[in-house]
Amino acid sequence: MEMKLRITVGERTHNVSLEEIGGDVILPLPPASVTPPPPSALLPAEPPAAGLTRKIEEKWGKTQRDTALRMSQLSQYLQPGSKIFEAKDTVAVLRAAIRSFDRVNIEGNNQKQADFLSECLCKLDPAEINHLHMVQSSVPLPSHLQAFELGIAERLDFAYAGPQGAAVAKAIAGGKLKLGAIHTYLELFARYFIDLTPRVSLVCAYEADKDGNLYTGFNTEDTPLIVEATKFRGGIVIAQVNKIVDKLPRVDIPGEWIDGIVQSPKPFYLEPLFTRDPGLISDTHVLMAMMALKGIYAEYGITRLNHGIGFNTAAIELILPTYGEELGLKGKVCTHFALNPHPTLIPAIESGWVQSIHSFGGELGMAAYCAARPDVFFVGPDGSMRSNRAFCQTAGHYAIDMFIGGTLQMDKFGNSSTATAGRVAGFGGAPNMGCDAHGRRHGTPAWLKCGEEFTDQQNLLGDVPRGKRLVVQMQETFQEKLVPSFVEKLDAWKLAEQADLDLPPVMVYSDDVTHILTEEGIAYLHRCKGIEQRMAAIRAVAGYTPIGLQANPAETKALREAGIVKTPEDLGVDRRRANRSLLAAKNIKDLVDWSGGLYDPPSRFRNW
Amino acid sequence: MALNRLLFEFVPTAPRPLPVPVVHYGVVGSGDMEVILEAKDLEGKTAVVVVTPVSGFDHVWKLVLQRFIDESQLANVQISINDNNATPVVVSLRLRQALLEIEG
Repeated sequence: MEMKLRITVGERTHNVSLEEIGGDVILPLPPASVTPPPPSALLPAEPPAAGLTRKIEEKWGKTQRDTALRMSQLSQYLQPGSKIFEAKDTVAVLRAAIRSFDRVNIEGNNQKQADFLSECLCKLDPAEINHLHMVQSSVPLPSHLQAFELGIAERLDFAYAGPQGAAVAKAIAGGKLKLGAIHTYLELFARYFIDLTPRVSLVCAYEADKDGNLYTGFNTEDTPLIVEATKFRGGIVIAQVNKIVDKLPRVDIPGEWIDGIVQSPKPFYLEPLFTRDPGLISDTHVLMAMMALKGIYAEYGITRLNHGIGFNTAAIELILPTYGEELGLKGKVCTHFALNPHPTLIPAIESGWVQSIHSFGGELGMAAYCAARPDVFFVGPDGSMRSNRAFCQTAGHYAIDMFIGGTLQMDKFGNSSTATAGRVAGFGGAPNMGCDAHGRRHGTPAWLKCGEEFTDQQNLLGDVPRGKRLVVQMQETFQEKLVPSFVEKLDAWKLAEQADLDLPPVMVYSDDVTHILTEEGIAYLHRCKGIEQRMAAIRAVAGYTPIGLQANPAETKALREAGIVKTPEDLGVDRRRANRSLLAAKNIKDLVDWSGGLYDPPSRFRNW
Repeated sequence: MALNRLLFEFVPTAPRPLPVPVVHYGVVGSGDMEVILEAKDLEGKTAVVVVTPVSGFDHVWKLVLQRFIDESQLANVQISINDNNATPVVVSLRLRQALLEIEG
């Protein structure tokens, strides 16, 4: 049935199919502010009033009725007495479930991906289903962008594009994609419950039973949140699973909330995003890691923290059992993490440094290791870990004292971004941790000490004490190919212009940054008075970049004397020891050995 | 890969000699470099030869080396740097490590 209705609102005319507005034609009622019709009008005596009664009765539950209609079309593909449909019917199932203009969520974050459902979505007929508004954590797969190229999807609200950053920019420039906003994960999740609730969600799980109960296990990640937001507003949830079984290890998502399940032809794609080969860690990384431990971790007694992705933080993890042990820091720092299961943390865990780790997602190859360390990871009664991105992001926002991570570019004021011209990459969760949580009200020594030193904050608060999250931006002054990390103006400005964004995408704003760590030293930015001094401190650690070359030696000397800038020598870090021999594991094989064979690295990391 | 050969000369203001005949530091791996310091009578000057695949960064090399000479005041030394795409970061680290090695 394809009936189109013309509705004119103001000057705009919309052609809407009946399904879109809930199956029943409801002719425009007077606006709510207008005086309601007298009770007599509701009497069924006269024909026009009879119609109105029906309208009032059917005013509520519109989405539910629409879902019921869609489900009546979809259910023909379900096996009798179950929610299972066959892979070959997937496109037909999506055709029954989705209507033009729907908000659709394809589950996918920086780790697991509902890749099969995403590919099937691209096989819909754009003449029939179009103008979809995609609301999803990330768009790292080619099929995510293909839906826009084909004209099936039109709008995008997301958090992370990863390898598709350039394709997103191109689709925007070509008029194929209208970008809503680049969010952080928590911010986008929040909007699922306010103004970006998905109408249809396509999720993924390891296993399902015939009733639709899902086991998402180690890689639970975003699934509970997406399903809840969708299903409790009457939407439709379809799941691709690796395997349909009789009995699940545990139920992560109740079957009642799932409308259809399909065993995908191959297991869902999983990106080992947080795996860093220790073999690629350089002496400079080691030098910076030594400075971090001495000048920040030890100085503030950082027990609760998050490490960003990258070789810098991997180096810190790998020198905990060596240099950290030597500094006597065991038990005093790095005891509680909001962190994915980083393979490079294995030596520190095995050496007894870490008490607790809650994870956003799973990491390929780490499931068996995490399951065998229930004292540290969040392992269920079934014996496998459960990750949860929404909870871990919340933990990372409110319950850690330090975020330390890298960036690609920092401007002379200290604002940083990984966005470069021609790439709309997004930042995922980094900004939720790389900021001061202004709703935080509990004190810890690290947070209070940093707050005490935060001169500019005190100037605004008067005599009331307040802490400060440490936000450490750790970067070498030059990236590969001698691209400077410190610049006059962020490329994000150019990108904002090209992609017509409301504002340049900044990952971490300068007023949140407390420390900048380069191979030149540490700038304790929060100890500065005003922006002029902050800029001088940034120049002092910016090395031979155009920004660093503007440093005035006399000014730098004064900043060092004031304890605002510290070089390796000021910190008592011996540069000669900055080499790979300090790493507790020097390659992936060493990590496997540390784990007692429990870590099972992806094949691309197996080079022995 | 075409290699560029850059020559620099510095005159330290408070010259001091290399305390050992020769020092070698680092390896010519990808993104890395080796530095060789040899004592040689250069009439109070220090000469540097840089062999690098990177072009267009002569001014950065000069600044990195100038700072090293200012700090170390090494004179009568022939410095050879064999670079394989190292950043200025690695260059200064290797030079300083070599210097610390000499000073013990």
